Amino acid sequence: MKRGIMRSNLFPLLFAFAFLFSPVFSASDLILAKVDRRIDLTSQIVRITTSLKVENTGSDVVSEILLSFPENQAKHLAYLKATLGEGKGKAKTSSGVGLPVKAVQPNDVPPGLTIYSVSLPKGLGKGHSLTLDVLAVFTHILQPFPEKINQGDIQLLLFQESAQYLSPYAVKAQSLTLKLPEARIESYSKLENAKLQGSELKYGPYENIPPFSYLPIVIHYENNLPFAVAKELVREIEISHWGNVQITEHYEIIHAGAQSKGEFSRLDYQTRPYLRGASAFRRLVAKLPPRAHSVYYRDEIGNISTSSLWGDSRKTELEIEPRYPMFGGWKTAFTIGYGLPLQDFLFGLDGKRFLNISFGAPIYELVIDTIFVKVVLPEGSKDISVSVPFPVKEWQERKISHLDIVGRPVVVLEKNNVVPEHNEHFQVYYKFNSLSMLTEPFMLISGFFFLFVACIVYSRADISISKSSASYLAKLQWDEVQATTQLIHGIISRCLTAHDKLETSLHDLSRTGDVQACKATRKSVDSSLKDLSKELKQPLSFLQSCPQAAQILPKVEELFTKERELQEKLVLKHTTVVDGYEKKLGGREIENRIASYQQKITALRREVDDLLDLIDEI
Amino acid sequence: MVPKARMPGASSHVIKYESVIHEFDPYFNYRVTQFLTKNGIYDFWNWFDDRTWYPLGRVIGGTVYPGLTLTAGTLWWILNSLNIPLSVETVCVFTAPIFSAFASWATYLLTKEVKGAGAGLTAAILLAMVPSYISRSVAGSYDNEAVAIFALIFTFYLYIKVCSWGGYTFIINLIPMHVLLCIVTGRYSSRLYIAYAPLVVLGTLLASLVPVVGFNAVMTSEHFASFLVFIIIHVVALVYYIKGILSPKMFKVAVALVVSVGLAVCCAMVAVLIALVASSPTKGWSGRSLSLLDPTYASKYIPIIASVSEHQPPTWPSYFMDINVLAFLVPAGIIACFSPLSDASSFVVLYIVTSVYFSGVMVRLMLVLAPAACILSGIALSQAFDVFTRSIKFQLPHLSDHSQAGEGSSENVVPNDSVKADKTEDTSKERTSKRSKKKEKEPVEKPLSKSQIKKRLSVLPLETSVIAIILLVLLGAFYVVHSVWAAAEAYSAPSIVLTSHSHDGLHVFDDFREAYAWLSHNTEVDDKVASWWDYGYQTTAMANRTVIVDNNTWNNTHIATVGTAMSSPEKAAWEIFQSLDVKYVLVVFGGLVGYPSDDINKFLWMVRIGGGVFPHIKEPDYLRDGQYRIDSMATPTMLNCLMYKLSYYRFVETDGKAFDRVRRTEIGKKHFKLTHFEEVFTTHHWMVRIYKLKPPKNRIRGKTKKSKSKTSSKTASKRKGLKRNPF
Repeated sequence: MKRGIMRSNLFPLLFAFAFLFSPVFSASDLILAKVDRRIDLTSQIVRITTSLKVENTGSDVVSEILLSFPENQAKHLAYLKATLGEGKGKAKTSSGVGLPVKAVQPNDVPPGLTIYSVSLPKGLGKGHSLTLDVLAVFTHILQPFPEKINQGDIQLLLFQESAQYLSPYAVKAQSLTLKLPEARIESYSKLENAKLQGSELKYGPYENIPPFSYLPIVIHYENNLPFAVAKELVREIEISHWGNVQITEHYEIIHAGAQSKGEFSRLDYQTRPYLRGASAFRRLVAKLPPRAHSVYYRDEIGNISTSSLWGDSRKTELEIEPRYPMFGGWKTAFTIGYGLPLQDFLFGLDGKRFLNISFGAPIYELVIDTIFVKVVLPEGSKDISVSVPFPVKEWQERKISHLDIVGRPVVVLEKNNVVPEHNEHFQVYYKFNSLSMLTEPFMLISGFFFLFVACIVYSRADISISKSSASYLAKLQWDEVQATTQLIHGIISRCLTAHDKLETSLHDLSRTGDVQACKATRKSVDSSLKDLSKELKQPLSFLQSCPQAAQILPKVEELFTKERELQEKLVLKHTTVVDGYEKKLGGREIENRIASYQQKITALRREVDDLLDLIDEI
Repeated sequence: MVPKARMPGASSHVIKYESVIHEFDPYFNYRVTQFLTKNGIYDFWNWFDDRTWYPLGRVIGGTVYPGLTLTAGTLWWILNSLNIPLSVETVCVFTAPIFSAFASWATYLLTKEVKGAGAGLTAAILLAMVPSYISRSVAGSYDNEAVAIFALIFTFYLYIKVCSWGGYTFIINLIPMHVLLCIVTGRYSSRLYIAYAPLVVLGTLLASLVPVVGFNAVMTSEHFASFLVFIIIHVVALVYYIKGILSPKMFKVAVALVVSVGLAVCCAMVAVLIALVASSPTKGWSGRSLSLLDPTYASKYIPIIASVSEHQPPTWPSYFMDINVLAFLVPAGIIACFSPLSDASSFVVLYIVTSVYFSGVMVRLMLVLAPAACILSGIALSQAFDVFTRSIKFQLPHLSDHSQAGEGSSENVVPNDSVKADKTEDTSKERTSKRSKKKEKEPVEKPLSKSQIKKRLSVLPLETSVIAIILLVLLGAFYVVHSVWAAAEAYSAPSIVLTSHSHDGLHVFDDFREAYAWLSHNTEVDDKVASWWDYGYQTTAMANRTVIVDNNTWNNTHIATVGTAMSSPEKAAWEIFQSLDVKYVLVVFGGLVGYPSDDINKFLWMVRIGGGVFPHIKEPDYLRDGQYRIDSMATPTMLNCLMYKLSYYRFVETDGKAFDRVRRTEIGKKHFKLTHFEEVFTTHHWMVRIYKLKPPKNRIRGKTKKSKSKTSSKTASKRKGLKRNPF
């Protein structure tokens, strides 16, 4: 069964081989003197580093070199970079600038091959040679086999390659090294010069191979590393000129390895996590730029508490755990967000500003099927242009965010099949006037200002519909009447206070016998009472003249007369007592004399109090 | 002049966890709000939800009280049209705190009408902290109560302010009672009529516009009181009117005539009404309301209502926990309301008396009691402070002479000398503030007027007043400390995320969301999930999967079917679930970490509810000598039922003994296998376990022909019996 599947996979390749032996591709005089290939199979991303020593044996100057990939590889090719090497052969991806690579379709190559053409910076003359380092990165090229496993099973993968370098040129000498993870190797194609040393598998060397040679090999090996694939990643980069670049990343992650058959036992997973759940991954690590702050990790139903963050001056590392361990075929979705200091990423150039930030996701060894990078520029940005080191789909949108009026311009970049190698910096150039930063604060301030002004106007303005209507006038008058009544009320109260003063003076008199002091008090009280009665006249006359006061008037007048009476009686009482003291009469006699007054005073006082309360009620 | 300072939304709570929706019902409200904001109001009214009550579905637009949802939806819409893009979730989370702030303000207004601004402010402060209300108004508690309490208090306020707006059952019965009280005590006035008559007419009209109420507004007995009083008030108004235009003699004749005719007509009407009401099975009252009137009703007849812990009668400690010292202040407040008794204060007294009764019936209605308790305690405290500070003022003569400014710092009496001076200017504002001003004026004129002698008698000794004030302040401080503690520790937990403190720090139990996230990402969109109804709302909202029953509990039979399945043996349960097209079964299990409100503890209710409809499930089968137990003494029916098996599947392998930390015992049956279900997911702390129904063909494959035919006949019988009980 196993073999059958392998064969079916190989079938298109074999089909391609029918053409290999016809002398098709003769246009070139190039010869590959030495080819070293290293294939890294330790993660889900397959990286093939090829070092080519190219010699020109023909007479023409050659300015481009062709690279060919079989179809089953070409459709998984995520990244291709060719650099001029120093000629050391084994040099890995040198930091040099990549040479321009483009897909071509020469008409004389066998079908089933995809050809890329590398343009050399200067032509390769006769007899000259150079070293070309090519890095090709593939995703989804490892096939889990078996495709469905149980929780306890390990994950086995199949990888197919050609032991001989597939090239349109003749190859003099070549070798192939496969780097496998430190684990079991189920099987590999045992060709005659295949060698397994530890976790390295070597094929070759092969010599003097004609163009388009193909020698299929298959490796079946164990790999339990996380097969984290983001089906879709939306990365939003929002620039605020107040000093922050806010990045929000929405991930839709799937475990793209061997599918889980369904049954999941937490017990097994907890007791023997590395045995009964080896193919699952529980955490992902993201490397964020230094000085990242306000990091959050959540999904649509809330915060996810299983994450940790640490950092130094060069990087910030965020370790996140999905809500549940990820088994084959399981999916999850979450959002990471963080803020970055603006000055690290935004620069000015000739009156323009540009954002310089990395393209891909910060998570290690993550394959992204589709990425959308959205750069949200501040409102009012103009002359927007983008420069990305590799081809992407690009368009513009508008996003309305906090307090925007016209919306912020958004540059959207879309790319399929993204690998960590795509984490290169890209630039967005735009023009922006710093003054427009102040629009929103100004809007807020003026908004609140007008709100308060409206409140002030509302509370100050008289917004009655009709100023001349009878009811309105009546209300005004009624208010006035009330105020007058209050005034009268106050005056009467003061009269009563004066009365109390008289009473107290009498008290003092009975205690100290100081007649003079008592008389003095009497005088002052008299004068104040006189003043008060004068004061009373004016409001009283107003009330009498006012028709609205008809209701109150009798009461007020009653109060007025009662108070007068009370005043008279008090004065009488006071005179009597003082006289009594002056005549040195006994206390009892004085009391007898004033007893009648006292009664009346008490009665009157009660009436006045009641009236006061009544008026107050009105 | 009136102190304008009102309590800022003091109920807004410290976000200790995160901005997340709490509990069960709020998730439903959240989901409805999401739908409303996405699809608009017309789709909302016509919304038939097929993701719940499978296969029946639920007409959400016609069965949901839309007030809360529309409020939050409008808030969200306003914010978004101002280009403030808040998510629906954020708006929902913060709706409750915002409205609790409004409620505090409404309490101030209401109490001010009753006893003046001082009492109003005290009551508002008390309400801002009362634990009972905090428990329902923390951020994230997105439920009707949060907005309803504000609406309730504000309606009462408006009603007292002579103008009103329709509320619901409690309001619609309390207000007629008050009107009746006013009429009986001879307090009828045209203002009462103006307040009440439009309330009934407009309120009923507006309420019947809401689909869920509809014709219930005139059909059910809950509204009977309001219409009866409506008639009475008209009769009384007519009588007063006739009294006004007729001479006393003529009036007597007219009364005799009208009373004799009226009695006859009334008797006939009442007879017809009684006959109508009696002909309906529940006497026209809905179950929940009946259990209010008769606390034993629910436990006798409706296990679903009785099974909810919120519907149990409260215990004394819960009173202390929820309203704390207010419980002791309320009687004092009632006394204060009687001196003097006004329309407003009689209303408040009526309010507290009814709410005390209702809170005694159901824990949930403690929430209605809380504002009443706050208002009366506010009155009591304010009056007490008033008396004590006045006593102190009389004892310290140099204070009482002229400077009133320093008086009553704990109260808010406005300095009065200036009031008099500029009296003429503020005439326009006079009317509103007059009552309070009068109150404040009294102490000033007291030393002068004669009534002051009377007051002087009620003055307490200086030392006593000082000590009393100190004690009152201590009481208040105790209340504040208790409330803060209750808000922080007891009531702010969202119940969906649990935490525990251990020696190595805080430990978070986020199992529910783990399970819901797993369901939402790793099952098919149309898969049906069966669980006890408590988790229905959360499953639809967070996992977006179709559920069989949810917290709405409108169909008792359907819930009983799930209860029956849970209490049946594995095979029978499988058949029931299969007939309902269920693919996953979700159980909540707390035995590993000691989470007490799990399904095993709720299991007896499943048995009771199931047994109520399907008589072959008998409660005694699950009890050993009347005791509910899951250890080795448990009955075989218990040990073989689905709930037991799903909860304890492979539990023994965790510690070798299968010790259940909630029940504090070793379980009865430790080693068993599942034949019709397979475990597909268990959360980190085993709190949620999800099982998948094995497909039928697997079962048939290994069996003989004979058993095959048996199964098919079973399936046939079950298909026919989907609606009715198959057993």
